[in-house]
Amino acid sequence: MNAPVTTQQGVRVTVRGLRRSFLGQPVLKGLSFEVDRGEIFVVMGPSGSGKSVLLKHIIGLETPDEGEILIEGESIQSPGVMDKYRMAMVFQSGALFNSLTVGENVGLYLSEHRLQAPDEIARIVTEKLEIVGLRGQENRSPSELSGGMKKRVAIARALVIEPQLILYDEPTSELDPLMAVTIGDEVIKLNRRIRVTSIVVTHDRDLAFGIADRIALMADGQILTVGKPAEVRSNPHPQIQKFLTADFNHNKERTPL
Amino acid sequence: MFQNIGEMLALLWRTLQALPLTWRHRHKVYDQLFEIGNASLLMACILSLFIGGVIALQTGPLLAERGLSGYIGGIVGNAICKELAPVMMSILIAGRIGSAMAAEIGSMRVYQEIDALRTMNINPVHYLVLPRLVAISCALPILVVFSIMVGWMGGALVAVYNNQIGISFQAYFSNLRELVDLGKVVNGLFKSFIFAVVIGVVSCHQGLQTIGGPRGIGRSVTKAVVNSIVLILILDYFVTRFLMYLD
Repeated sequence: MNAPVTTQQGVRVTVRGLRRSFLGQPVLKGLSFEVDRGEIFVVMGPSGSGKSVLLKHIIGLETPDEGEILIEGESIQSPGVMDKYRMAMVFQSGALFNSLTVGENVGLYLSEHRLQAPDEIARIVTEKLEIVGLRGQENRSPSELSGGMKKRVAIARALVIEPQLILYDEPTSELDPLMAVTIGDEVIKLNRRIRVTSIVVTHDRDLAFGIADRIALMADGQILTVGKPAEVRSNPHPQIQKFLTADFNHNKERTPL
Repeated sequence: MFQNIGEMLALLWRTLQALPLTWRHRHKVYDQLFEIGNASLLMACILSLFIGGVIALQTGPLLAERGLSGYIGGIVGNAICKELAPVMMSILIAGRIGSAMAAEIGSMRVYQEIDALRTMNINPVHYLVLPRLVAISCALPILVVFSIMVGWMGGALVAVYNNQIGISFQAYFSNLRELVDLGKVVNGLFKSFIFAVVIGVVSCHQGLQTIGGPRGIGRSVTKAVVNSIVLILILDYFVTRFLMYLD
């Protein structure tokens, strides 16, 4: 296992004609888009539209049936790309290791790849936990943390990698609105500080329009539109408008007590 | 089935290739060794005491009727060290440790921890499988040594205190020393090493293959234990034949 070698911040990601089926059921139906260096690119869409599967393809956890994903022009499937570029993913569940403490989780990348001495790892872990507002939580077990804290630990773990590409899978699901805003702020701060390319998958409309440079709206394994938040909002496509304007109706009909 | 066997052999090969990294993962190996020893030593000793005792109980009166009670030490000694200790300990470890391995790795798979390892460019085989396989391959033969000694003692206790047998400790161990040599003990330890590799590979493979939620984990645990025991019993015959051929 090698430490990644490139030093530039932010990588360009190109998705071309991506198709994937599971048990004969098409999940991704020929997706194509490009994410620029240092951009916050949000993929929105209803549950089951294939957003998380797309993310797993981008980081190389899944192999497409057709099409390709290029990181700075090199296929993610080609040997050495994972070694060459620093990539991190913040999973929906956090995916923290329950057998390790918070500090060990955050420092795992450095300790396993032997990139730093133990004292230096401890210092970096403290620094990254401080960034996500969790200083002093190093010795706690993940099972003792709330959902929001787990997500922030997962972000701290991703920060340790000093990624050039960071993928967030539903970073605000299961969080209260205040915590969702905190996480959204973290995504923006991180992007501004190290110019990392960020791809965020979410169905949270507030988060998407609050943080995105560009938004892709997915439905049924296809991309309906890609553009700046204002462009997406004004797109007249009925499916897009339905997703963006969905609201409860019965409150309007309810008579006051 | 053949696909599973192929995948298990591929996993074993990848783990063997990673063996030079064992020193780097030594702390995880120690943790696993402690887990295996701590979970199983007492149970292994109790089980072995009664296995030794029941072998003596079954064979002793028959030998005594024919005036051959002096041979009971050798019979119990051979049965324990060549067959019962390695096989019974392997089945015990498949149940206690193999199931725990499959459940732990399976839940890591289901809750995306293994995906998280891969995104950090950490090889799950190096991080999860190697320490477990090394630990179980060391721990099971050590448990079998304990099992053999306690099993012999169990046989001795029954041989001495059962009225239908009633021979002395001295006579029991004298016959045991005469009929059981170091080669036969090594024979049993070799078998247990093979079975340990089988349990480790089958359990880790089942864990890594887990899909679905808690039900998937349960399925993997059951498969890990059942497949390990079936493979142990089948391999026992062929390894015994191989060792007899070498003798």
